[in-house]
Formats: sequence, structure tokens, C-alpha cells
Amino acid sequence: MSSEAHTSADYIKHHLQNLTYGQLPDGTWGVAHSAEQAKAMGFWALNLDTFIMSLLLGAAFMLMFRSVAKSITAGTPGGLQNFCEWAIEFIDSSVRGSFSAKNNMVAPLALTIFFWVFSMNLMDLLPIDYVPLLMSALGVPFFKIVPSTDPNATFGMAIGVFILVLYYSVKMKGLGGFVGELTLQPFGKWGMPVNLLLEGVNLIAKPISLALRLFGNMYAGEMIFILIALMGGAWAGASLGSATLYGSQILLSLGWAIFHILIVTLQAFIFMTLTVVYMDMAHQEHH
Amino acid sequence: MNINATLLAQTIMFALFVWFCMKFVWPPIVAALEQRKKQIADGLADAERAKHDLELAAKRSAEILREAKEKAGEIVIHGEKRASEIIEEAKVQAKLEGDRLITGAKAEIEQEVFRAREQLRTQVSAIALAGAGKILGREIDAKAHNDLLDKLVAEI
Repeated sequence: MSSEAHTSADYIKHHLQNLTYGQLPDGTWGVAHSAEQAKAMGFWALNLDTFIMSLLLGAAFMLMFRSVAKSITAGTPGGLQNFCEWAIEFIDSSVRGSFSAKNNMVAPLALTIFFWVFSMNLMDLLPIDYVPLLMSALGVPFFKIVPSTDPNATFGMAIGVFILVLYYSVKMKGLGGFVGELTLQPFGKWGMPVNLLLEGVNLIAKPISLALRLFGNMYAGEMIFILIALMGGAWAGASLGSATLYGSQILLSLGWAIFHILIVTLQAFIFMTLTVVYMDMAHQEHH
Repeated sequence: MNINATLLAQTIMFALFVWFCMKFVWPPIVAALEQRKKQIADGLADAERAKHDLELAAKRSAEILREAKEKAGEIVIHGEKRASEIIEEAKVQAKLEGDRLITGAKAEIEQEVFRAREQLRTQVSAIALAGAGKILGREIDAKAHNDLLDKLVAEI
């Protein structure tokens, strides 16, 4: 019993461990072969799997849209062009719905965010053991295929959005206007410290909520996939209980995967919409 | 990392999942895209047809305009001809009428002249008679023909 619990814990840990590249305890640089090694690398380490997958998916998105953009026709669109036009119309209309200022960068930004996050989330639908097994056959100790279950990826994107929000806040309102917005409301100039505290929390909450929402949803989804997969691992001989567990693993993971089609799209859409809303707030002169 | 039946379960699940997507997720998306494509194609075809129709209409309107101009020209020429005809007719009519009037007037004048001459003749004969009477009266008896003379004076 205890050995099984141990392997279950190992299984979960293994699936939640990123492939980390950094300085090993012996001073050389390389890939960590255990969670402890990865932890010991500190801040200056790279999650190679997150890095590679997000880069690949981003490149796939760009290549797809680029190939369509190059061969675009004004006539009846066929196949991929039709799909891309459809997607762009969808993004454009939702940006128009929530962004009222004028900025030519926001709609492309929203498109990129939506498809990037969507494709990263989509990796969640692949059976969770496929890629790690393939990678371990190739001698790679860990491989987490869903970049959006890595807080590094989601925070990276959220900080990118946050920098844009800060940039456009200053550009649209001027440095004085932006600082004034942070310090002079809601209580007027005599309540400056309280204002700064409230508005500061408000400001910082934007990237944190953006990153944590995506990360939390995808991480929890991944976790449930792992737990469902563990049910089949509890196979202990040809008993009725084992067979039931085995069958329910298939059904549950199927159900969860189908439900995840919604989650994957929804989380990408929420990340995009919130980005657009934050950008809109950066452009608005409120109060 | 050990390979066990979990992998098999995941493979079955993945096959089912792909089947599910093919059956229930993919078709609506493809249908939506297909409909969009059809809409665009229809729109373009309609635009093309409308353009063609417009061209035809323009050609037709030019034709009608040209025909109308021709017809108008014809009508003007016809009208002018008719007008000159009417004028000619009127001239002839007027000349005829004038001639008729002149003839009538001449006849009247002649008649008048004739009547005047007739009258003059009667008067001349009366004067001659009176003169003769006077002459005769004085020769015979002035006093006796006094009343005759008076009558003559009064007559004159």
C-alpha cells in the first residue's frame, strides 16, 4: 500500500516537473534530473519544455497566418484563409466591443494572445503520458507539454501585457496624469497614501489576476487529468474493482477532455478579453 | 517511469476523444466556415451580376436615349414641315379669300356705280324736264306756271 502511494506521488510529481536547465550542484550547466536539482538551480534556470513548446506553438500560429496572409485573395476564401478570416473577424468584433480608444496595436495583440494561449492550452487535450513517455524513451527526464500550466509562461505573458498597460497609461495620460490617477483618487489629495495603496493594489492585481487565472485553471485541469490517469495505474489483477476503475478512467478522462474543449477556449478568450479591457483602461481618462 | 495499462487506457480514451471531436465538435465548425464561404461566394456572385446588370442597363439607357433623340428630331422635322404646310395652306386660303373679297367688292362697286348712274340719269331727265318746263312756262305764261316753278325751286 505504501509503495503504491509512493509511486502515485512519484507519478504526479513527475508529471508536474518541468524540464529545467540550469547550474547543477556540481557546478556544471545541464538539465536537472530530479525536482530537488531543479529547485537548487534557483532563479537562473530555464524551463526548456515550456520554452520549446510555447515557441513552437507561437511559430506554428505565425506560420499559419503568414502563409494565409501571403496568398490572400479578395475573392471567395477557401479552407485555411476562410478560417483565418473568420478568426480575425471574431477577434476584431470582440475588440471593438470592449476597446473604445484608437490603437492599431490592440487587435493584433488580442489575436496573438488568443491563438497563442489557445494552442498552448490545447496541448492539454493530448493524453498526458504520450509525450513524457516518448521523451523518456529519448532520454529526456521530464517534459511538461502544456506551457500554460507553468506559471513562468503565464506570468511572462501577463508581465508583457502589464508593461504595455503602463506604457500606454503614461503615453495617453502623461506621467503626471498617470501618477495623479494613482494618488489623487478616490479620496482626494489629503488621502494620498491610502489612494496610492488602493490604486496600487488595483494596478498590481491586473497582471497577477491575468497570470494566475490562466495558470490556475490549466494547472487544475492538468492535475485532474493526472489523477484520473492514476486510476488505471491502480490496476491490481483481474478483479471487478480493477476493471471498473480501468473503465471509469477511460470514461472520466474522456468526459474531462470534452469539458476541457470549453475550458481551453474559454481561458484563451478570457486572457484576451482581459488584456483588451486593461488596455482600454490604460487609454481611458477616468474621473 | 513505467509503461503500463494506463497507456492503453489513454490511447482508448484518445481514440474516443478524437471520434467525439470528429462527430460533434468538428462538423458545426466546418458548417459555419462552409456557410461563411458560401455567403461570401454568393455575395461576390451577386455583386458581379449586379455589375453586369448595371452595364446592361447603362447600355440600354444609352440606346433608349439615342432612340428618343432620333424620334425627337423626327418629330421636330415633321413639325416644321407641317408648320410650313399650314402656312402655305393659310396663304393660299388667304389669297383665295382676298380674291373673293376683292371680286365681291368690285361687283358691289359696279352695282353701286350702275345704280348711281341710273339715279343720275333719272335726275338728269327730271332736270331736263324741269328745265324744259321752265323754258316752256316762261314762253307761255310765267304767271301760269308759277306754281310749277316754285315746285322746281323747291325740288332743287
